[in-house]
Parts: sequence; structure tokens; C-alpha cells
Amino acid sequence: MSLSEEQVTQIAYLARLTLSDAELKDNTKDLNAILGLEQLGAIETDDIEPMAHPLHMTQRLRADVVTEQDHSDLFQSIAPKTGNKHYLVPTVIE
Amino acid sequence: MSIHTQTIAQLAQGLKDKEFSSVELTQHYLKRIQQSDLNAFITVTDELAMAQAQAADEKIAKGAGSILTGIPYAHKDIFCTQGVKTSAGSKMLDNFIAPYDATVSHQLNQADTVMLGKVNMDEFAMGSSNENSFYGAVKNPWNTDKIPGGSSGGSAAAVAGGLSCFATGTDTGGSIRQPASLCGITGLKPTYGRVSRYGMIAYASSLDQAGPMTKTAEDAAIVLNAMAGFDEKDSTSAEQAVPDYTANLNDSVKGLTIGLPKEFFSEGLDDEVATQVMNAVKEFEAMGATVKEISLPNSAYAIPTYYIVAPCECSSNLSRLDGVRYGYRCDNPKDLEDLYLRSRSEGFGAEVKRRIMIGAYALSAGYYDAYYLKAQKTRHLISEDFKKAFNEVDVIMGPVSPTTAFDLGSVKDPVSMYLADIYTLSANLAGLPGMSIPAGFSNKLPVGLQLIGNYWSESKLLNIAHQFQLQTNWHQQMPQEN
Repeated sequence: MSLSEEQVTQIAYLARLTLSDAELKDNTKDLNAILGLEQLGAIETDDIEPMAHPLHMTQRLRADVVTEQDHSDLFQSIAPKTGNKHYLVPTVIE
Repeated sequence: MSIHTQTIAQLAQGLKDKEFSSVELTQHYLKRIQQSDLNAFITVTDELAMAQAQAADEKIAKGAGSILTGIPYAHKDIFCTQGVKTSAGSKMLDNFIAPYDATVSHQLNQADTVMLGKVNMDEFAMGSSNENSFYGAVKNPWNTDKIPGGSSGGSAAAVAGGLSCFATGTDTGGSIRQPASLCGITGLKPTYGRVSRYGMIAYASSLDQAGPMTKTAEDAAIVLNAMAGFDEKDSTSAEQAVPDYTANLNDSVKGLTIGLPKEFFSEGLDDEVATQVMNAVKEFEAMGATVKEISLPNSAYAIPTYYIVAPCECSSNLSRLDGVRYGYRCDNPKDLEDLYLRSRSEGFGAEVKRRIMIGAYALSAGYYDAYYLKAQKTRHLISEDFKKAFNEVDVIMGPVSPTTAFDLGSVKDPVSMYLADIYTLSANLAGLPGMSIPAGFSNKLPVGLQLIGNYWSESKLLNIAHQFQLQTNWHQQMPQEN
């Protein structure tokens, strides 16, 4: 199976990326080569459990209590654009 | 002996004996950094370093502090440092001043170390040559036409080039071990979960692990003592007691069983690298270890497995970088979608975009089972191979990288670059600890020996490495300076 330039454009959009014509050409070649590394299909894995985590641990839980203070001013001090404690982006709804 | 060739243990003694102060030591390193053309540092924190050195000297004068008090180090620019730029080697975070400290940064501050600055790396730790940095490639101190390895290339070059006493690194697919090997230093990737990932900018969260990059195994033990431990801020941090990693360094390796995976010595391995690795193994035999050939039959699938799992996780992790809350934002976005698209397209470099797209594709509807789920299953098989191997042997040894450092700019296609990660990826997929220690030279370039241990066997690995370093002097070699 091989990815077309149209498919790569669609994948880029899914990842919220745009590609120039030259980047599209290079990435189509490279993505096909990388996915071509895939020899995994040939391996028998029907009864194999997927391994999502190396230590097979379960998510730790903690009591639902406040542990952090409000650092919103500090965190927003590095934001590109803020106002009234909100992060500002171009208008979405007129 | 120059001050910058000394180990942590030696410098700590010198500080205690008042041979020099931490301020003098720090000034010495800052001057060397200023004169260096290796491009190892992204940010030099000279004022902060001098203040930390002064505070350390005061502590030492009172007879207080730890073995790391006043010792200068280079911090990989992937660890958040409050008030100091943390770029992850990316244009995306070129303006990012971290609002908090990573746990590792905090631990090293608590140990009274002196941070000389933040060191260069492949963008978001994606790369094996340090050529993917927004700040330009780092040069290998042994030959400045060569790559230092990656992604912790700045860390390795800083230690090998005498620009810092030790450095921090992170290893997702070999990013501590491979640059350590190519620059001739000691690097340790601990067991997954051993060192906190809190505040360490995420690449692939089920694989990322931080560790020390040092001149010797003894130094690595000293630094790991400061870095390791449970952290409630990291949900995958292991609740596992931290031993004193220096305690067993002097144990004998007599009776040790070394496994040599035949798959690690097959086609593609440079002859001279193979010779140096085997010479190192013979050194262990001379010390009373026995050698056994083993097989890791699924290790051949490490590359395709890794290059599905890691991109999937990175496409998810890096989706947070959208030009809204921090980091790069494009000029004059015309609407919200334009803001997302252009901020990300202008902020990320080529390799990062490539991996994000691989991940986005492999996780997309209709392909998830064929790629991501399949790779998680082959990951399990790779992990099972190690489990079987460690029933028979105490440690696995082999090469770190198929070749020594290659020329800057010489490997252009991504697949060729990925193939060079063949010997390091499987330890990350299984979550096992691994080390690289200097084991010889080929064409005047360092060759590393890789040690892979069972879960939580860092003490054992450090002991084995230390015993080797008592018998050899590869780790004491320093590159010629002009």
C-alpha cells in the first residue's frame, strides 16, 4: 500500500499542518519509505496482549483534594495573547 | 591535570580540600564554553551559575552540602527550568520561559549543583545526530566534521569537550546511549519510571526516560542518586525504593554471565566497531565473567515497532503546541484554523512534522489496528525476548551504534538515519535500563559498549561498568584541543 499526495495532504490537515509543494513531495516519499519499514503484518500476534506500558502498572489514584494553588497569572504571562484571564484567539463566532 | 578533566568524585574532594572554589571551577567552565565552537549550548546561564557557585562555596565552608555541592553541569534543554528558556531545540519553544521546574531540575538544585546552561538537542528529542536542532547541529569534540549523536548531542559534546563536569540527558530510543557512545563518555538510561518525567518535555511518554551523562560510571552513580526516585507528579513514576547506587560499585564481576545477542552482531555492524566491542567482552572474561550467546529473535522488529509507537505518542503529545497558550504564534492569523495551521507549520521542523504525520496516520480511523495496536503487540514480543534472556544471563552486551560518528550532513534520508538506532530501541520498548561506556576507538573516533540489564538493575550495571573502567582507560581519553 502506498500513500498518495492527496492522502498525505489529508494526514497533514488531521495533524493541523500545511505543506508547501516541495514539502508535500518530500513527505510523500519519506512517509511511504517509513511505513515501508513495516514488516509487522507478517508476525503472528493473534494471542498477544498489546503492551501500552513497560511496567504493566495501573494508573495511580489519589484523594480528590486541592493540591495546587492558582498560578494563572504566571502561566498566562508566557501566552501569546491574553485578556481578562482568557487566552485570546481570532474571533470564532461573530 | 586540568580541572575540566576531573570527575565529580575528584572535584568534590578538591572543593572540600579548598584546592579551588566552586566559583573558580564555574568560571573555568564558563570560559571554556565561551571559547568553544562545538555549538553545545543553547543558553548559557552565567549569572545564575555564579550565584549558585557562591551559595555552594558558602555551604562547603560550613562543612555542609553533598558530594554534588558546587559541581557544574549542563542541563538538556528538554527539562523545564523556572525563569530560564526551555526550547526543546525547537523554534516552537524559542520564546518559552518555563514557569516551573522539572522534578529533575528541582532535584539537582536541591543537591546544590551549578547549572552552567541549557544544552542543544534534536528538536523535541527526535533525531540521532543533533542535526534536527533549530539552533544548528552540535559538533563532535573528537572530530568537528562529525555528528555528536543525538538527541542528547549537546550533553555528550559538553562532557566530552570538557565544557561541563556532567550533563543530563533523556533517552526515548537511544538518545543518551548513542551520543555517549559516539562522544566517548558514560551514559545511563535507567529503567522506565526510575526518574521522574515531570517537567521533561514529552516526546513519547511510554518510552521517555532521563538519566546521567558523565565521564565515569562512578559519576553516573552519584548523579543517579540525586535524580532517581518516586514522584507523585509523574503518574508513571515507580514507587520503588532508591538504593545508594555507589554502594556496590566495587563488587567483583567474577561469575557474571554475559549474554551476547547474535542479532546484535549481524549484517550492518562495522567490523572495527565489532572488534572493539568483542575486545571489551574479552576484558570481562579476563575478570572472571562467562559469555553466552543468546537470541532476541524479535529484535529485528524493533525499528518498525518503535517508528510506529513513538510517532503515535508524539503526535498526541505535540498537539498541545497550537499557538494559543505558550510557544510560537504565527503573525496575523486570519482565523482560528489559520492560527493553528501556520503556528504549527512555521514552528516545527521537518523531522518533527514527519513523525507527527506518521502518528496521525497510524492512529487514524481504519488504520489504528493495523499499525498502533499491531506495534503494541510486537512490542510485547520484544519485551518477552528479554524476559527469557534474563533467565539465563545477568547482563546483555553489544554495540550501541553500528558505526562510529558519521560526517555532518552525510545522512539525508530519514530511513537510513532510523536504521542506525537498531541496537538501542529495544531496551526502550521493553523499558529496561541500558548504558554506554567507552570501549575503544576506530579511526580516532570513540566506540561504546552497550550494557542492558534487567528491570531496576541500575546498581548492577554501574558496578559492571565501574569494574571495566578500573581495568581500562578508554574513559579517560580526551579529545585533542587546538
